[in-house]
Amino acid sequence: MNDTIRRSAAAQAAALAAGEITSEDLTCAHLDRIRAVDTDLNAFLHVSEEEALTTARDVDARRSAGEELHPLAGVPIAVKDVAVTEGIPTTAGSKMLEGWLPPYDATLVATLRSAGLPILGKTNMDEFAMGSSTESSAFGPTRNPWDRERIPGGSGGGSSAAVASYEAPLAIGSDTGGSIRQPGAVTGTVGVKPTYGSVSRYGLIALASSLDQAGPVARTVEDAALLHELIAGHDPLDSTSLPDPVGAYAEAAHRKDVRGMRIGVISELEGEGFDPEVRARFTESLAQLEQAGAEIVPISCPNFRYALGAYYLIMPSEASSNLAKFDGMRFGLRVVPEDSPTAESVMKATRGAGFGQEAKRRILLGTYALSAGYYDAYYGSAQKVRTLVQGDFSAAFDQVDVLASPTSPTVAFRLGEKIDDPLAMYLNDIATIPANLAGVPGISVPSGLAEDGLPAGIQFLAPTRADERLYRIGGALEALLEDAWGGPLLAKAPELVSGAN
Amino acid sequence: MSTAEPTTPIVPVDYDEAIARFDPVLGIEVHVELGTDTKMFDGAPNVFAAEPNAAVTPTSLGLPGALPVVNRTAVEHAIKIGLALNCQIAESCRFARKQYFYPDLAKNFQTSQYDEPIAFDGWVDVELEDGEVVRVEIERAHMEEDAGKNTHVGGSTGRIHGATHSQVDYNRAGVPLVEIVTKPIPDTGGRAPEVAAAYVRTLRDIFRALEVSEARMEQGNVRADVNVSLRPTRQDPLGTRTETKNVNSFRSIDRAVRFEISRQAGVLDAGQEVVQETRHFHEDTGGTSSGRPKSDAEDYRYFPEPDLVPVAPSREWVEQLRASLPELPAARRRRLLGEWGFSDLEMRDVINAGALDQIEASVAAGASAQSARKWWMGELARTAREQDVELTQLAVTPGQIAELQGLVDEGKINDKIAKQVLVKVLEGQGDPAAIVEQEGLAVVSDDSVLTSAVDQAIADNPDVVAKIQGGKVKAIGALIGPIMKATRGQADAGKVREIIMDKLGVS
Repeated sequence: MNDTIRRSAAAQAAALAAGEITSEDLTCAHLDRIRAVDTDLNAFLHVSEEEALTTARDVDARRSAGEELHPLAGVPIAVKDVAVTEGIPTTAGSKMLEGWLPPYDATLVATLRSAGLPILGKTNMDEFAMGSSTESSAFGPTRNPWDRERIPGGSGGGSSAAVASYEAPLAIGSDTGGSIRQPGAVTGTVGVKPTYGSVSRYGLIALASSLDQAGPVARTVEDAALLHELIAGHDPLDSTSLPDPVGAYAEAAHRKDVRGMRIGVISELEGEGFDPEVRARFTESLAQLEQAGAEIVPISCPNFRYALGAYYLIMPSEASSNLAKFDGMRFGLRVVPEDSPTAESVMKATRGAGFGQEAKRRILLGTYALSAGYYDAYYGSAQKVRTLVQGDFSAAFDQVDVLASPTSPTVAFRLGEKIDDPLAMYLNDIATIPANLAGVPGISVPSGLAEDGLPAGIQFLAPTRADERLYRIGGALEALLEDAWGGPLLAKAPELVSGAN
Repeated sequence: MSTAEPTTPIVPVDYDEAIARFDPVLGIEVHVELGTDTKMFDGAPNVFAAEPNAAVTPTSLGLPGALPVVNRTAVEHAIKIGLALNCQIAESCRFARKQYFYPDLAKNFQTSQYDEPIAFDGWVDVELEDGEVVRVEIERAHMEEDAGKNTHVGGSTGRIHGATHSQVDYNRAGVPLVEIVTKPIPDTGGRAPEVAAAYVRTLRDIFRALEVSEARMEQGNVRADVNVSLRPTRQDPLGTRTETKNVNSFRSIDRAVRFEISRQAGVLDAGQEVVQETRHFHEDTGGTSSGRPKSDAEDYRYFPEPDLVPVAPSREWVEQLRASLPELPAARRRRLLGEWGFSDLEMRDVINAGALDQIEASVAAGASAQSARKWWMGELARTAREQDVELTQLAVTPGQIAELQGLVDEGKINDKIAKQVLVKVLEGQGDPAAIVEQEGLAVVSDDSVLTSAVDQAIADNPDVVAKIQGGKVKAIGALIGPIMKATRGQADAGKVREIIMDKLGVS
């Protein structure tokens, strides 16, 4: 069974379909693994064992009854705690929602349920998805399975760590400025931020509405593609949801042919601030692709240098507004001050006690940026930069099929290393943020081991609605590199449970 | 002067005097709740009186993760209102978040429109009771959602002061609203209160004609905020305004404007400045009192709603809606005036009495316009006044009035009997023809019955007969009286007169 959980989700699905294993056994194996390693990792905020087993048994029964099932039916999944799950506690990593039981399912959760994927639990994250290390979670940081003294990335460190440590074959993440891709890079896993509007945001606790996008977290490009195909599609409950038919992502991942593809290397995202070995793995990956028939073209995106600044105005502005509803009036935490409380004093006390440092910092930033007299200079200018960044992307995609950069400038840093230096923390997302500002899709795939023997990632970006290209190039690079490494990168990760394997 | 000036108590100036010395300028914001099936941004039912917090979804409760989606019918209604008010319809417009913390606001922001309203730059003609027409310029009409409703429990007044706790009902949260904002309405002089009320009444009638809202003032479907400012003369720049919130009947609008003009004149007379603020209107006293100051303009931190894509009504759609607009009240009045041949004065009386619909329906059922007017403005108006109800609330249909008049026109009953029949109809005894039948009220024109009644009367009144034969033809009336009495009022008076004259050989 220990081998089974190390297989890809696609292989697990095939084993289920072939009757080699039941979903109940598979789910139990993952729950066992969670029990064995998660005390250390803290990837899960809540394990929904009963819930998962009920789904697994139901899928098994339907399968033996000969029912037609979704290809991923019975394959367990972990869900970032940003997505609301009916009857399963949802906190978004905040004290504000501790103990809250949502009365409804996010659209993508409802999709997972109806496809028969047992939900193992909810994964840890930076509070309200604000962070790049999962350290701002109100419930303690998640640790990186490669080195438990290091961060697993953020905000979706829980999902990536769960997948990297074989606690779950698949996970759901959400990416506002890199929260799927950067954790993927620093845990040696695959993460995809789909085109904005590709996956419904209904039921995703919003950080920044115009930037948030849910997506797949997986160990292989193919697995990410299968999950993406499942959760994508139009949702009438989300006004920004695209009406497009879902692309053939798994097919693109299987193609393993990059001949004739033009890859633009973003010159603004490979020099200063990027660790040498991270850059080396990036360059080597490109060389592999070039050898396989792709063309490498340097591309300048001059406005990307303003992207981080614009992002740190737009994101907190929207966040300050989205987080206004957390006031102790209707759900979640309520702090009632002692003497003659009023609605206003309850709101104040609740927000004072419920939000952590980073949430407060961003609420203050955003409130200030939207204030009368400052709006034009801050939010207004940031929106102009956003338009310029979009312009850079369209100019670039006139010349190339995809763009490439290292996903993150460094490997996983140590817990506590940047927590008191927000600017250093924010710089971690320098390469991932432009995609969110423009709504374009991006993928991070492992590029190899870099500084301190820790994984690094390479990011590819495609035009909006051209997510297939990511799977095509990602699948091809993964195959090339695994050939070179003699297997998946994750096989080089240390064992988490000594002797038990 | 080093000492602070003593605060002079403000004495409102007599209204006529205030108008003689100051020029009032109005500005009116009207909110109308749209009568859609569902709310502005979610699928919760849009209902007036469900159990508290029954008509909600995660979106109208502002639960984490929930998202809004624009109600297409609400947009359609908003466009229709814009078109009826002669507005431009935006080719693309966005929603914005208006942010402030208050428990009746589930998300702590109201999704509204800020700098991109769906409709703008329009006008509407408002007709006053004496027929004067005032054109009111419309600044904009925009879409937004209503808030929930707070109830303060435990205090004696139902207000927040003294209450032990408060409850919030989110049934109304998310109900679609259109807010219509006028440009400053100048040059109304002493008629400002009347113009304000007539403007809101005009909008109410338009909403009803468009069938976008039930537009019931008493249910709060239509709410008005009235801005008033004074300036010395029409040539001066606008003075500082106050905004009296939620004035919810035509009469209250009139009174609130009147009061503010007197009050502000008093403030200015005392050498003080009018404070820019929101004010509350009090039904009991007809006065207004200070709400919150607006001078340090609240910062709502508006920004474009990122959860909603822009609303971009295609020109085809707008033109389709324009073509499908029903006849609007003003046009209808003009048309009916022509069709019915009423005088302007008659028409205004009809409109002011709220009898237009009833008369139109009576005419449609076969009555002549003048006879319908006679019934609805006469007997029925009097009955409605006696019962203190609206004409529409009387227990008689326009169809019954047409039937009643038909009986008169056919000579089956006379006017006097018709009034008696009407009383019985109002008492619920049935339709006019059936009542006439059952009660045997039809006019008696049978010659033999009448002739014997005439003979009897001639025999009984020799002195009257002598007068008539002596040339005093007028005296015939003295004979008709006893004859009508003998026939229980059902005799055809013309016929009786004919027989008498024939018998007595006069002409």
